[in-house]
Amino acid sequence: MAKMIDRPSGLAATATPEFEAQRERWEVASAQGTPRRGPGSGATDRTLSDIPLKTVYGPADVDHLDLARDLAWPGEFPYTRGIHPNGYRDRLWTMRQFAGFGNARQTNERYHFLLEQGQHGLSVAFDMPTLMGYDSDQPQARGEVGKCGVAIDSLADMETLFEGIDMGDITTSMTINGPAAIAVAQYIAAAEKKGIPRAKLGGTIQADILKEYIAQKEWIFPPRPHMRIIVDMIAFCTEQMPKWNTISISGYHIREAGSTAAQELAFTLADGFAYVEACMAAGMDVDSFAPRLSYFFNSHIDFFEEIAKFRAARRIYARRMRDTYGAKDPRSWKLRFHTQTAGCSATAQQPENNIVRVAYEAMAAVLGGTQSLHTNSMDEVLALPTEKSVEIALRTQQVLAYETNVTNVVDPLGGSYFVEALTDEMERQAEAYFSQIAEYGGVVEAIEAGFFQKEIAEASYRYQRSVESKDRVIVGVNAYQKDESIEDIDLLRITEEMEREQARSVQNVRATRDPAPVAATLERLAQACRDPKDNLMPHLIDCVNAYCTEGEIVEAMVSVYGRYTERSVF
Amino acid sequence: MSRPLRIVVAKAGLDGHDRGAKVIARALRDAGMEVIYTGLFQTPEQIVQTAIQEDADGIGLSILSGAHMTLFPLVVDQLREQGADDIVFFGGGTIPADDAAELKRRGVRAIFTPGAPLQEIVDFVNRECGKRRELVG
Repeated sequence: MAKMIDRPSGLAATATPEFEAQRERWEVASAQGTPRRGPGSGATDRTLSDIPLKTVYGPADVDHLDLARDLAWPGEFPYTRGIHPNGYRDRLWTMRQFAGFGNARQTNERYHFLLEQGQHGLSVAFDMPTLMGYDSDQPQARGEVGKCGVAIDSLADMETLFEGIDMGDITTSMTINGPAAIAVAQYIAAAEKKGIPRAKLGGTIQADILKEYIAQKEWIFPPRPHMRIIVDMIAFCTEQMPKWNTISISGYHIREAGSTAAQELAFTLADGFAYVEACMAAGMDVDSFAPRLSYFFNSHIDFFEEIAKFRAARRIYARRMRDTYGAKDPRSWKLRFHTQTAGCSATAQQPENNIVRVAYEAMAAVLGGTQSLHTNSMDEVLALPTEKSVEIALRTQQVLAYETNVTNVVDPLGGSYFVEALTDEMERQAEAYFSQIAEYGGVVEAIEAGFFQKEIAEASYRYQRSVESKDRVIVGVNAYQKDESIEDIDLLRITEEMEREQARSVQNVRATRDPAPVAATLERLAQACRDPKDNLMPHLIDCVNAYCTEGEIVEAMVSVYGRYTERSVF
Repeated sequence: MSRPLRIVVAKAGLDGHDRGAKVIARALRDAGMEVIYTGLFQTPEQIVQTAIQEDADGIGLSILSGAHMTLFPLVVDQLREQGADDIVFFGGGTIPADDAAELKRRGVRAIFTPGAPLQEIVDFVNRECGKRRELVG
């Protein structure tokens, strides 16, 4: 090893004449091979994202890499090989299963179950009305209450959600974007009512609105006021919540919407840089907030492509944060990320096969150095997961962590000719996208022009065509199908009675609270929305403490900002 | 056939998952149909109005949020109320088999679940909307 460090550049060992002769013989032998036919044989020369692949990789493919500049060591800039010197030997990733359904009471029971099973942190899934800023009794909510997550209408629901759970001891991740600042305000208020100060709260709020316009489509306000809300929230949390990750910049949904791996990487990092620029433009010092930015990626089924994506993400991020934004604190350079296995790779057909897909995807995330992981349950493609399938998903992580030994060596694929070449290609493609985005004038402008949406729709259609043509095989879907009836497996169902009950519950909150502070706090909030110098967070906390419902708070803000409508492209 | 089939591809409720709807819209367009994509967050009333105004032969509704048992029947009711139930109404999404059977019983002509081949959907639309065109003219 010492000899390799002494070489100033190049990953390749000196190619001896014997080595070259071997390569020439291989070329001849390789040319004589007969490519296999049949299902899936149409896509052996490229990754899932259509990156061309060679049959085999060698020293020449990585010779342009500079060991110190491009790879370094774990915990060393640019962190290609990981952000911790000892990887998972010092600390395993956090096993964090996303959960939420029905009402706060039901979800609270699931949280107690998950914590008892050895899960480390909680992760809140909210239902669609909550994510879009509607109360459960509003007409827009019909049919959606409690379906994709838990319904949280007011502080009363947040209090129930964390009943019997020590909010000062666990960390909580909340997947919510449009109303993220409201959810943080509710979380703070619920904790402080139990006597836990906000400074002790650890967790992550997603709050990544840019990817909503790009992919997930759960927005409320237009992009520019939304950016202001996020900057306010980051500034507030930076100052008052030292253990809180202020934003989780997410590629997961971009990938689920059908992007390629390189698009996921590029668009996510571009979003991250847009937040960095917005905070800096608001006068914040980059090192004051950057250490608590975190990222959230998808782990799809193309094993090596995913690993390369994670490694490239760290390298690109470190370089930009140091060299473009002038961050001086090494913590600002380190890209920390959560990973979830790809929901879009799961199939409704033969759903048990999803257990296997998830295991491979989880391993890619771990070999890519993730800080936390959600493994999907086999039945999530059909409905909310049952307790049994959630348990298998969590056990999948435990087997990976404790039985496979992949955790014992940091970045075990570092130095692989193939993985290094693919990592480099990912970086190259991402940089090309950054240039395109810059030509639009930035991320918000590119969103307004429909650039991301169109790129993703194209990629998604191209992929679907390759499945239709059977260039790509999805086991159980376009090959190895069998007649089966999907209802054979148990599904968790949310009843209409639950919806009515939740609607009554929010009506009860409105009927029993003191009306005076409701009107007063909402009025002050609307005032603050008009004044860009007034941080919105304290006003939101006041509203929440007055038991204003989410829908009321959002309406007050919409009265100033308006609602966003998308120009649809397909 | 004198003019191409016209199909409204719709998203309803608060469900932002538009990958499938866009892929279907593209596939129907590539198969020679005229496709009107409603965009997100439409009410059942708006979807049926769009179909009537656009003189559509079919409506394809995509729902992945779990609200299918509420929203599909509301579109069926609207079609009946507007006297437009000759329009071929089909849909897709993460819909369990027994829900799909129930929706078909209540007037949804076909439900396509994840993994359904695009060609199967194109063939269905061509066949059923073609029949409607022959009847309605």
